[in-house]
Amino acid sequence: MAAPPSRLNIYDAVAANRWRTIALVTVFTGLLSALGFAVGEIFAPGGGLAMVPAALGLSGVSATASYFAGDKLVLRQSQARELAPGEETQLRNIVETLSIGLGIPPPRIYVIDDTAPNAFATGRDPKHASIAVTRGLIDKLDRTELEGVIAHELSHVGNHDIRVMLLVTVLVGTVALLSDWGMRSMFWGRGRRDRGGGNAGAIILIVALVLAILTPIIAQLIRLAVSRQREYLADASGALLTRYPPGLASALRKIAADREALEVANKATASLYFANPLKDAPRVMDGLFDTHPPIAERIRRLEAM
Amino acid sequence: MEILIVLAVIGLIVVFVVGLYNRLVTLRQRVREAWADIDVQLKRRWDLIPNLVETVKGYAAHERQTFEAVTKARSDAMAAAQTGSPEQRAQAENALGAALLNLRAVAEAYPQLQAIQEFKDLSENLTATEDKIAFARRFYNGNVRDYNTAIQTVPTNIIAGMFGFTVEQYFELTDPTQREVPKVSFS
Repeated sequence: MAAPPSRLNIYDAVAANRWRTIALVTVFTGLLSALGFAVGEIFAPGGGLAMVPAALGLSGVSATASYFAGDKLVLRQSQARELAPGEETQLRNIVETLSIGLGIPPPRIYVIDDTAPNAFATGRDPKHASIAVTRGLIDKLDRTELEGVIAHELSHVGNHDIRVMLLVTVLVGTVALLSDWGMRSMFWGRGRRDRGGGNAGAIILIVALVLAILTPIIAQLIRLAVSRQREYLADASGALLTRYPPGLASALRKIAADREALEVANKATASLYFANPLKDAPRVMDGLFDTHPPIAERIRRLEAM
Repeated sequence: MEILIVLAVIGLIVVFVVGLYNRLVTLRQRVREAWADIDVQLKRRWDLIPNLVETVKGYAAHERQTFEAVTKARSDAMAAAQTGSPEQRAQAENALGAALLNLRAVAEAYPQLQAIQEFKDLSENLTATEDKIAFARRFYNGNVRDYNTAIQTVPTNIIAGMFGFTVEQYFELTDPTQREVPKVSFS
């Protein structure tokens, strides 16, 4: 019946991401409640329920803060500097042109003075978005490759991926913080007093401990799965935007060949980047712990278009 | 009891119709916003032309025909924007694009002209603007396609007919060299 769409409709992608955000917040609310309960039980037997609202409150505050200031934090951590007007005209023209093709206002442009080629986008919505590219990316890629990378990043902006990633990053951080807290108090023996509940008390404590160990891992896996899946989609919509998949494929090949790690990136910000900036890529458990899909697979999909 | 059921059915139908109507309005609004994007870029191209013509004139004064063709195409395009249909306007802008291409081809023959900074800046600006026109047009046509599909398919076509939503026209610039321009100047 209807012809296959010759473009991924940005409005559909935004709607899908709205549902994804709601689902993620729901899942994380569950995880945080369970974790809050566990930490409360470890602190004091029977104190689990009291801890749940505290845990949810803490994550609510941090999620709100990150929603409004997370992008600035990430940019500062990456030592990105905003492009002055008249500087790097070609880069600015590419960003402005592709933004028009996507129907979004052009984001602010930042440069990271590092020779490792990479880029990322962040912000809460297209009106408050920033895109950062490294000096190495500008110097090492030609125009079509640069267009490919920028189109990929702009798709993250247009699809509202940046908001999802910002929220997920912070929620994972909160889970890790809470669990760390519980485990520490366990090891320092504060929770061991008055643990006279017999078998029932012991079982609850074991369950609480297992929860405290497992939830951060689950949270991390969710984040990485979301991140990997978004990369494929951004590759596809970026290639559709430029109508030239070989440009992006060739950029990926150059970046894969470049063995230099990006010093300003860390474990928390790695999944935001265009390609894994840490260059560690431990291929264990079928890539379950990777921030990005394998570059060879991304290139293969682009070449199949 | 029966009255309640009838009322409920009527209520559901109203909600359904309102939903479809609002969707059509949203789609049409997107088409108009996208049109504004094209408009801005086309106007920017007009604004760049007088400077470009003056600069080239300084080095190649005897290429009068070329300058006149560009100037005429520009005023034709501006007139078409005032009065013409999107189709006529696309035609006029097409002609302007071709005239500009010709002007740049003429300018190629003057190495001194190629060397001055003002011409380089104008050239990069024009290239970027034409690129933006191409992308704005693509975005516009995509939105037109979504809107036209909606008003021609069931069930939205019924609502479209009732409230007078009409098919929007695509903005076609057929000249294939337009997309090729950036590659020429950057290689």
